[in-house]
Amino acid sequence: MKIVVTVKHVPDTNAEKVLDPQTKRLNRSAVENVLNPFDEYAIEEALRLRDASPDTTRVTIASIAPRSGLEILRKALAMGADDAVLLSDDAIAGSDTMATAYLLALLLRHIGCDLVLSGTQSTDALNGIVPAALAELLGVPCLTFAKKLMVEGNSVEIQRETEDGYARVRAPMPALVSVTKGINEPRYPTLKGIMGAKKKEIRTLSLTDIGADPTRVGAAGSKTVVESFAAAGARAKGTVITATDPREGARRIFDFLIERKAL
Amino acid sequence: MSSVMHSPSGLNFELPEELVLLKRTIREFVEKELWPIASQVEETDEIPQATIDAMRSLGLFGLPFAEQYGGAGVGELGYCVALEELGRASAAFSNLLGAHCSIGAMALHLDGGPELKARFMPALCAGEKLACFALSEPGAGSDAANIATRAVLDGDGYVLNGVKHFITSGDIADYATVFAVTDPARGARGGITAFWVDLNGPGVTRGPKDRKMGLFGSHTCELIFRDARVPADHVIGSVGAGFKTAMKTLDMGRLSLAAGCVGSAQFMLEKSVAYAKERVQFGQPIARQQAVQFMLADMATEIFAARNMVYHTAWKADRGERFSMEAAMVKRYCSDMAIHVVDRALQIHGGSGFMKETGIERAYRDARILAIYEGTNEIQRLIIAEELLRG
Ligand SMILES: Cc1cc2nc3c(=O)[nH]c(=O)nc-3n(C[C@H](O)[C@H](O)[C@H](O)COP(=O)(O)OP(=O)(O)OC[C@H]3O[C@@H](n4cnc5c(N)ncnc54)[C@H](O)[C@@H]3O)c2cc1C
Ligand SMILES: Cc1cc2nc3c(=O)[nH]c(=O)nc-3n(C[C@H](O)[C@H](O)[C@H](O)COP(=O)(O)OP(=O)(O)OC[C@H]3O[C@@H](n4cnc5c(N)ncnc54)[C@H](O)[C@@H]3O)c2cc1C
Repeated sequence: MKIVVTVKHVPDTNAEKVLDPQTKRLNRSAVENVLNPFDEYAIEEALRLRDASPDTTRVTIASIAPRSGLEILRKALAMGADDAVLLSDDAIAGSDTMATAYLLALLLRHIGCDLVLSGTQSTDALNGIVPAALAELLGVPCLTFAKKLMVEGNSVEIQRETEDGYARVRAPMPALVSVTKGINEPRYPTLKGIMGAKKKEIRTLSLTDIGADPTRVGAAGSKTVVESFAAAGARAKGTVITATDPREGARRIFDFLIERKAL
Repeated sequence: MSSVMHSPSGLNFELPEELVLLKRTIREFVEKELWPIASQVEETDEIPQATIDAMRSLGLFGLPFAEQYGGAGVGELGYCVALEELGRASAAFSNLLGAHCSIGAMALHLDGGPELKARFMPALCAGEKLACFALSEPGAGSDAANIATRAVLDGDGYVLNGVKHFITSGDIADYATVFAVTDPARGARGGITAFWVDLNGPGVTRGPKDRKMGLFGSHTCELIFRDARVPADHVIGSVGAGFKTAMKTLDMGRLSLAAGCVGSAQFMLEKSVAYAKERVQFGQPIARQQAVQFMLADMATEIFAARNMVYHTAWKADRGERFSMEAAMVKRYCSDMAIHVVDRALQIHGGSGFMKETGIERAYRDARILAIYEGTNEIQRLIIAEELLRG
């Protein structure tokens, strides 16, 4: 079985994100980029499937990113993935969700796979659209929000997380599954794995390699346009209660809470 | 980040990609697993078993060793980068690791024969077994060539008698690289041999743990050998070549120790910068005072110099060049630097720095040993001068 995990490289979740007022895009070079934390669960799940049948299963990592994305692919390889492919091309800059899904679909067709695993969303754009769009474009079943995943013969079954429980969903492969945070605890890359990752193959492909239509990618090929953006309104300042007598202070906090029906 | 501009000179100070990830991974480990237990380790004088297990599964104990035995083969630069990051945690952890990787098992890695390595390296790399390095004796510290521990050939093995002291991890290690005299007439010139010794075997006793000024969580003790039998095939390298093995191992040890100095000093600098910005006196942050700024500037400058000499020497080591003089320089400078920097950090923190809570006083006590072990800084100067005046 060939499993492909789609991963996105995103600005470090702890870093302050900056939008470029000119291009209206996230300034990705200003911050450190990391592996989308949601995708680590997908990688872990793929590795568990592989470790259960190491001779017959192979885990490939696929990403669309600038060349600096190589770094996150190395991390995925250090965790234990077998190989990786990066689609990188200057013409991709500015691609929206649908253009990204279009490219991922071509990329996955190019490398071939039985099971696609993805995160549910990315920590930067938080659209959560790519998995569904990708499955649609690939023409394969789409199983989302898996909190448990089992492969049996030629089919995949998940427990789909819902508000008040879960639904069991099953589909024949090839299929796409997006996994939730609760599904597992991703492993640390071991130090040995990090050094070993250097010897694993990362193929870098361009738009021509996967036969992409250049008019469907980049800002020009994207249907959505970021018209403008604005900072979220600053939150109102909190009330500061100053009192010399702690009893009086406590009383006033008490009154304040009563007033707002918090108590 | 990775828009690499290659300088026309060909010099490149950028860490290779895998070492960037190595560095980041260890930093995360330090912050998530080691920082939270710092005061626990200090107060109980023990590293919890669960933490040792976590260090093991991360693969720390096999860092510098060959992949064929299960090591990570990170090379000298990689090992320095790792110890630099570990230097940001309490010294207990880098001492545990240093005794094992930098010197204890390093002697076996460097000079051990293939059979001996095949037998013992895998468990050492996995951290299932721990090693220590036993050179110093009550009567032979700086004058290591003058050790008195004797090894006498008797049938199919050697009989070991003598006392080693101040041995880091001597209480918990499974094996030790032990240096003993096999030919008193020749002394350090062919008369000392390195042995791989099972510390759980008959004839070996461990003394009570020493009561120290710092490094809580890491222990030293005596190792006492009374007619301890060591099989002849447990000689590391060849008979009589032990002193060379000791010096070669210590070159490695000194370099990585210096890397730890860089990390701990960097951490002290970061804490000091943050504190100076936040602590208000005379109506403004103390960082506004030039006297404080100058302390910070000097700390940063010294760390910059230290880090560069560590990386340069590691690069030299990775190229297979001799680096004894550089290792001595790096050990001398970086340890003095770390001691100076932590002293300044404590000064900037004022009275708070003297209190247990900030962790500065611990770092202050822990730093002092750096100028003493793995060869005092006076001995480092002797090594440097000897190289300079050679021929
Ligand atoms: C070079 C570049 C330039 C871009 N410029 C713009 C721009 O100008 N305007 C704009 O609106 N957006 C831009 N984007 C963002 C692009 O739209 C996103 O890649 C896309 O929208 C997916 O992000 P998301 O948050 O919607 O993903 P989600 O749908 O939230 O992500 C869900 C899952 O989809 C997969 N996935 C998502 N993206 C990728 C990827 N790139 N590679 C592999 N797997 C992926 C992951 O498994 C992820 O967990 C750019 C992206 C790149 C790489
Ligand atoms: C916490 C700790 C851990 C240790 N771990 C280990 C270990 O794992 N393995 C191990 O083998 N040893 C270990 N040691 C021992 C350590 O290496 C020695 O303490 C060190 O080499 C100094 O030897 P000494 O204490 O006998 O000092 P001495 O040699 O007695 O030196 C006393 C002073 O005289 C100076 N001096 C001596 N000779 C000269 C000279 N020729 N010229 C100028 N000055 C000189 C020294 O620099 C020093 O200032 C450890 C020690 C400590 C405290």
